[in-house]
Amino acid sequence: MCTSIVEIAPASGMAKREDEWFPLTHSVVAYDHARHALLYDAITIDFVNSGLPPGARAAVELTLESAKALAAALAKAIAEAEIEEDERAQGLERTRRAAPAPEAAALVAA
Amino acid sequence: MTYRGMTVEEIKIAGDKGTPISAYVARPSGPGPFPGVVLIHHLPAWSELYCEMTRKFAHHGYIAICANLYERVGQGNPDDIGAKVRAEGGVPDAQVIGDTEGAVKWMRAQPGHNGKVGVFGSCSGGRHAFLYACHKKDVDACVELWGGRVVMAKEELNAKTPTSPIELTKTLSCPLLGIFGNEDRAPSPEQVNQHEAELKKHGKAHEFYRYDGAGHGIFYYHRPMYRVEQALDGWNKVFAFFGKHLAR
Repeated sequence: MCTSIVEIAPASGMAKREDEWFPLTHSVVAYDHARHALLYDAITIDFVNSGLPPGARAAVELTLESAKALAAALAKAIAEAEIEEDERAQGLERTRRAAPAPEAAALVAA
Repeated sequence: MTYRGMTVEEIKIAGDKGTPISAYVARPSGPGPFPGVVLIHHLPAWSELYCEMTRKFAHHGYIAICANLYERVGQGNPDDIGAKVRAEGGVPDAQVIGDTEGAVKWMRAQPGHNGKVGVFGSCSGGRHAFLYACHKKDVDACVELWGGRVVMAKEELNAKTPTSPIELTKTLSCPLLGIFGNEDRAPSPEQVNQHEAELKKHGKAHEFYRYDGAGHGIFYYHRPMYRVEQALDGWNKVFAFFGKHLAR
């Protein structure tokens, strides 16, 4: 590799390649020479599975501006998702507290 | 002299630790004797471009071989192979040296070979070509095209790349040709200057050419980084250099 700008993150999820979905193990982000986009360098993102053959890969090559827009969109979506997840967790907690204890419910039924 | 007739084939050679790996071979027609060139491919893998460059050397009268350094990663599209190698943090330098040694040995065993071998690589292959010529004494000339990470910071070193190649300059065993673009960042002009200063410090024979208006990948005609004027001049310099050092 000529570039030292490579970030490898563990990934859990699925990616699509042609008509086939495969499970992920890693996301690899680099800033390196573009292979397909008509750019000198590009932010490349590879979603891969290290345990599968090399073809198990979903890839993009983005301009820096596109990558920044993607990063901002990801950050926004993640922030909103975390609020939603907090609310969901709080709702579950409220439901748990409001529900009668199993022993009490058993007594009423008796 | 050019050779329009040639034979090309895919063969197996003994790579690092005797592991069989594939190699693309091009051989000019005729009895020879021909000098040899071992090509070391870049991160985009054992690609069509490197097969073309292998044939280009045969066209110019060299037996040429390019081994698949990523064979162990699997089979498939070179793009995907390169991506998998990157996801694994690259291939070990020691393994590349072992694989390249296998290609050099193959070359030296060929009938019609003149006994001289040059090593040639671009990008990460340029780095590996320099690294090989520092580790081994069985090549007669080395061409390093825009080799990135010849100069490495301590924090970049790891089990696969344990030594910054520049630290090995004192053991460089043959003349070196370097071609670089002044707009490149890997290697940057400052790193190229460091590289050359170390060569001078140890009295190593070298020719360095730095092109304005060019960055990385000057010869890659299928990419926006291609610079026709610099590429034509650069190829002339490659053939002049090998012509001088690999003739017998």
